[in-house]
Amino acid sequence: MGSPLRIVNGRVYDPANGVNGAVQDVCVRDGKIVADVPPDAKRIDAAGMVVMPGGIDIHCHIAGPKVNLARKVQPETHQDDVQLRTRLTRSGTGGTVPSTFATGYRYATLGYTTAMEAAVTPLGARHTLEEFHDTPVLDKGFFVLVGNNLLLYRLLQEGRREELRHALAWWLKVTKAYAPKLVNPGGDEMWKGQRNANITSLDDKIGSFDLTPRRVIAAFIEAGNELGLPHPVHIHCNNLGHSGNVETTLETMRLAEGRRAHIAHIQFHSYGAAAGKSQSNPTSRARDIIEYINTHPNISADVGAVMFGPATIMTGDAPLAYMLRRFGGNKWVNADTENESGCGIVPFRYQDRVYTNALQWAIGLELLLLSEDPWRMVFSTDHPNGGSFMSYPRLIRLLMDRGYRKEQMAHVNQKALDRSALRDCQEREYSLSEIAIITRAGPARLLGLTDKGHLGVGADADVTIYEEDEDKEKMFSAPRYVIKDGELIIEDHELRADHQGRLLHVAPDYDPQIEQVIEPFFEDFYTIRFANYPVDDRYVPNGQIIPTTPSVAAAPATAGTRT
Amino acid sequence: MTLTLTLRTAPTVPLEADVLSPDRLSGVSALEAAKLTVVHGNQRADLGEFFQVGGAADGELHLTGDLAQVKQIGTGMARGRIVVHGSVGMHLGAGMTGGEIVVEGDAGDWVGPEMSGGRIVVKGNAGHMLGSARRGSQIGVRGGEIVVFGNAGNEVGNGMRRGLIAIGGDAGDFAGVNMLAGTIVVLGRLAWRAGAGMRRGSIISMHPAELLPTFSYACDYAPEFLRVCLRHVRGLGLTIADSHVNGRYQRWCGDGIELNRGEVLILDSAGTASRS
Repeated sequence: MGSPLRIVNGRVYDPANGVNGAVQDVCVRDGKIVADVPPDAKRIDAAGMVVMPGGIDIHCHIAGPKVNLARKVQPETHQDDVQLRTRLTRSGTGGTVPSTFATGYRYATLGYTTAMEAAVTPLGARHTLEEFHDTPVLDKGFFVLVGNNLLLYRLLQEGRREELRHALAWWLKVTKAYAPKLVNPGGDEMWKGQRNANITSLDDKIGSFDLTPRRVIAAFIEAGNELGLPHPVHIHCNNLGHSGNVETTLETMRLAEGRRAHIAHIQFHSYGAAAGKSQSNPTSRARDIIEYINTHPNISADVGAVMFGPATIMTGDAPLAYMLRRFGGNKWVNADTENESGCGIVPFRYQDRVYTNALQWAIGLELLLLSEDPWRMVFSTDHPNGGSFMSYPRLIRLLMDRGYRKEQMAHVNQKALDRSALRDCQEREYSLSEIAIITRAGPARLLGLTDKGHLGVGADADVTIYEEDEDKEKMFSAPRYVIKDGELIIEDHELRADHQGRLLHVAPDYDPQIEQVIEPFFEDFYTIRFANYPVDDRYVPNGQIIPTTPSVAAAPATAGTRT
Repeated sequence: MTLTLTLRTAPTVPLEADVLSPDRLSGVSALEAAKLTVVHGNQRADLGEFFQVGGAADGELHLTGDLAQVKQIGTGMARGRIVVHGSVGMHLGAGMTGGEIVVEGDAGDWVGPEMSGGRIVVKGNAGHMLGSARRGSQIGVRGGEIVVFGNAGNEVGNGMRRGLIAIGGDAGDFAGVNMLAGTIVVLGRLAWRAGAGMRRGSIISMHPAELLPTFSYACDYAPEFLRVCLRHVRGLGLTIADSHVNGRYQRWCGDGIELNRGEVLILDSAGTASRS
């Protein structure tokens, strides 16, 4: 846990506790923030520096079967970006999809201490946890894909809402997941059943089921909220990337009817359609999205910003990946996970001269610049979909430095800017406090991580200290110090210690009777036996259960004892 | 006076010696050169542990001995000359941009991967992946010349985009696979599936070849560029008969599953290929 530590003279940005640049001490002991430490404790002089909680990535793709497929499909990106073994650190490779060890170290060198893998099939949970074990420094969790799950569809179709909730709780618990994730609900199921089929509206019938995405989404929002999950439901809406998809996104948000719901990488869901003959071209409808979110406190989103350069499209949305393969122009992967989901991978490059790419870049910035509540419109690039997490510092500079932004705007496709409102929000510059919200405090609050994202007494001692610099990209590229669980991981910009982060997961209670419903389905349709399916605790050597606050009891009283 | 390195201890496992390049050794004394780092298996070692180093660097490097276990010689070299009196291991001249490498013996796999300039001459045989793209990469050789007096293995010029590869003997399967442009001259025989997936570019052979069904016969002709090209290859030391220079060639277009703008040219007097 490291020795007691006192950080002095730094300007502290801790928006969750109302601290906005005040010079005050931050004390650390036994992995937690404490009120005071003995006078002989080690001191870090942070004069001229900014002290923030450790960064939290609410939505990224860093571990599991699809991430590994993306690594395997592009070996050419590894050779140019080799990370050699050092006395402290393991070797690895980079590119847009770094190997596990490189992922952990590189996040740490940007000042990030927590990251959420955003799409894991239940069957891929073991693989993901094994990769997490080799992803150092970070605390991690994953969202488990439940939006194209055949058994859950069956229960819903038969109107068995109670059992759906129990089954969802079972799935979360046995896979050690953090939150339920919906990806293009119904789309993968359609795609697997029929050639070139996909969902185009919330009222489409899903394949052979007597269901619509509207019913599926509403049911999961309800179940997630009833279970009192720290992060009730994480939604990748239908129609991602399609012109005119803004209507679907707005309609999806309305389905929440006041309950908590989080919309993932909303930039990819904020497109209008151009009028006339170029109607396949998207336009920006960021304003409509922001207007809705500003006035609906139950809804939150991460932006899914795009940065020019190499990326890897990596998604559970298999029909989307198939559509994008022709823009990638090179290799692609499409895969099916029995009964549970699909998957697609396309190596990709965003180019500033290309209309659509420039528009996507603009919309990402627009959403953040128009947002009135930074707590609910938080930062992400959907790494590596909109660009690598290594591009975060540049995006932060674009938000904080309007001169730089203007300069960059001059280089991109101007027709795209004409179709966005980016030119209208040129004045706004994010403050350090707002950056602290969208990269730390906000994600922590949205994830329900009460011990993270702030520097109050009792919080996890995850602290990042940046040297102030006019060039914000430089400033956020290389923190001077990073403290994880009270241990000094980075000192003078260099890794000084290795660290094994925790797995953050939930374990909601459920009625054990639900296993009587699930087991026969497994024996009939799965390639894996029911008894072999739950992930046992050996896969979680360093876990932390985040409590749930259910609004309905999981009857009967003995529920949820099985692990 | 050139820098001379003579192998005195044969490495037991492959030795990664990308320091063996005129650029890296420029202005280095024999003593300093012996202290440079190479990687032997997973261990770092001094160059001097394996090589007797003499002379002084003046842009030319002479290597002597059986270097079949020595990899990455001439990696990224931009100028100067390397002469190997013996055989070399894999990844000779990887990504080189200029200068010349001459190997008196055989070369291993992956000669000149993704090179963009300069010349590699192999007097013996070369392994697989001669002048090829690295695994996963779409673009291979971007320029420069590779001349092999003997035979070459499979996938010669994989993804090649520009430049010349000339082979005195036979080429293995998949010569010119996924080629984007450039020229491959094979004086011996082409094995199976030459030009598979090629978009543009020319593959020339002096012997009948069994081509993929996605290649279609276009015409017989005596292309002017080929006369120039073959005279140039003759100048590089390969044996080019006058009948090659003046001959007529069958032009086969392909690969039909790609752009169909590539060509395989087969010397007509060599007898008819499987024209249908």
